[in-house]
Amino acid sequence: MDTIKYDTRPFKLLKNEQIADGIFEWTVENDELCRLAKCGQFANIKVPGKTLRRPISICDAADTTLRFVFQVKGEGTKIMSEMKVGDTVEILAPLGHGFTVEKGKRYCFVGGGIGVPPLLYSAKQAENPLVITGFRNKDLVILQDDFKAAGAEVVLATDDGSAGVHGFVTDVLKERLNGIDVVCACGPTPMLKAVANVCRSKVECQVSLEERMGCGIGACLVCACRTKPRDGEEFMSQVCRHGPVYNAEEVFFDV
Amino acid sequence: MSDLKVNVCGVEFNNPLIAASGTFGFGREFSEFYPLSVFGGVSSKGITLKPRLGNPAPRIAETESGILNAVGLQNPGVDHFIEFDLPWLKEQNTVIIANIAGNTVEDYCAMAEKLSDTDIDFVEMNISCPNVKSGGVQFGTSCESVGTITDAVRKHCKKPLMVKLSPNVTDIVSIAKSAEFYGADAISMINTLTGMRIDINTRRPIIRNNTGGLSGAAVFPVAVRMVNQVYNAVKIPIIGMGGISKWQDAVEMLLAGATALQIGTILFNDPYAPVKISDGIKEYLDNNHFKSVTELTGKVQLW
Repeated sequence: MDTIKYDTRPFKLLKNEQIADGIFEWTVENDELCRLAKCGQFANIKVPGKTLRRPISICDAADTTLRFVFQVKGEGTKIMSEMKVGDTVEILAPLGHGFTVEKGKRYCFVGGGIGVPPLLYSAKQAENPLVITGFRNKDLVILQDDFKAAGAEVVLATDDGSAGVHGFVTDVLKERLNGIDVVCACGPTPMLKAVANVCRSKVECQVSLEERMGCGIGACLVCACRTKPRDGEEFMSQVCRHGPVYNAEEVFFDV
Repeated sequence: MSDLKVNVCGVEFNNPLIAASGTFGFGREFSEFYPLSVFGGVSSKGITLKPRLGNPAPRIAETESGILNAVGLQNPGVDHFIEFDLPWLKEQNTVIIANIAGNTVEDYCAMAEKLSDTDIDFVEMNISCPNVKSGGVQFGTSCESVGTITDAVRKHCKKPLMVKLSPNVTDIVSIAKSAEFYGADAISMINTLTGMRIDINTRRPIIRNNTGGLSGAAVFPVAVRMVNQVYNAVKIPIIGMGGISKWQDAVEMLLAGATALQIGTILFNDPYAPVKISDGIKEYLDNNHFKSVTELTGKVQLW
């Protein structure tokens, strides 16, 4: 084992703040694992009192810190939201296959709701990216300034029109597809399916999927996704290992 | 210094901990954490005669102190295992147990025959998978069917044969006796308990298969009880499992009657659990002046 790909280590919780309705931001510190993180990867976070760890996408990474933005959805994320700065958190990271961001291409990042956070570190790897973010309403809007600070052009859309453009991210994407080489998307499955349809036979599309997970490393096979690689046979891939990011054309969105 | 080595049916394990089938794949992913020799043995993901895609997701749901799963025996098939996974596993300096499941008695026999000509150390016959329509548990819930399949597979299997029992039965003791009578060399127990969770917002089962197998700390006392009952009724060794999460649980399961142990669900919470559990058992043995872990087996004094 010369180079470690992932491992579990104690991280120190440096920051835990609510940044929108039910949405929290963490910064955690560890000397070994953070620098290994690539954009679009995730971490499996141990929650006191829970059998399963919580898979949370990496929002941003630096040499010794990781940033997570998560939504309180159940008991595990509730406990996470109540943890104190200074607490030790056991985190398995970095995990999964992330977004592929190459030089010389124009990228558009499309995020819906809590699918927006993993796009930040990814957008930072691209040159002058376009970022389209969609939320249900103005109370759920996050990370706009962070994307701007990263040099991205950011478009905000809300389902109810309470902030930014009134409409879906796909409405904006259709208008702005000219000049884009690659679309990277993360969000609810219906949104990903719609984004994939907009991109089909026009531009490359990468989608980041979500699934209930067990081990987080591809051993237990619970986070299955029906997949057909372009030059291979249909198989049940593991979202934690082969994903979470796939080429949209390889994914069966309807099981 | 105390000795953690155990011998099961002539196969020597460096310590009594075995990675439980289905939680560990074929070991490659966990070998990123440590050499697989931290385990005395590894039980492979359940293998079938032909490749299987398994069930649609979601395949897992959390429960109080446990999980439900319904993977549905996704695996690349026995030939793929022998050609691609076994050669790598063989270099990991740990005992290799091939866990097999099938639709028919003939499937099991065919797999046992193929595996008999390989370098695996043990066959674990899974007749207790609760998550597939056919292919497992229908063989494991009556004494007659357990007897028939054990008898048949025994004749085709040149390796030591352990039979993995389902806890979803009324009398596990008579089933264990049937397995023993028809030629099982060892028993592994318990597989998962069938359960169900419902999402109260969608009013749908969380798991796509509707039901799944319950594992984790929640099932531990059930497993200890069943292992002890079977220990008192059969002479063949028992590989005890079901919710072992810490070294104290491991000692408890050995005292109940297990010769070796499997650990699974705890690996999702703490991949380093086998290292901690081994260290803990060793310390317990030293503190209580036992020379060997084998001295613990069945040492509970019932009231």
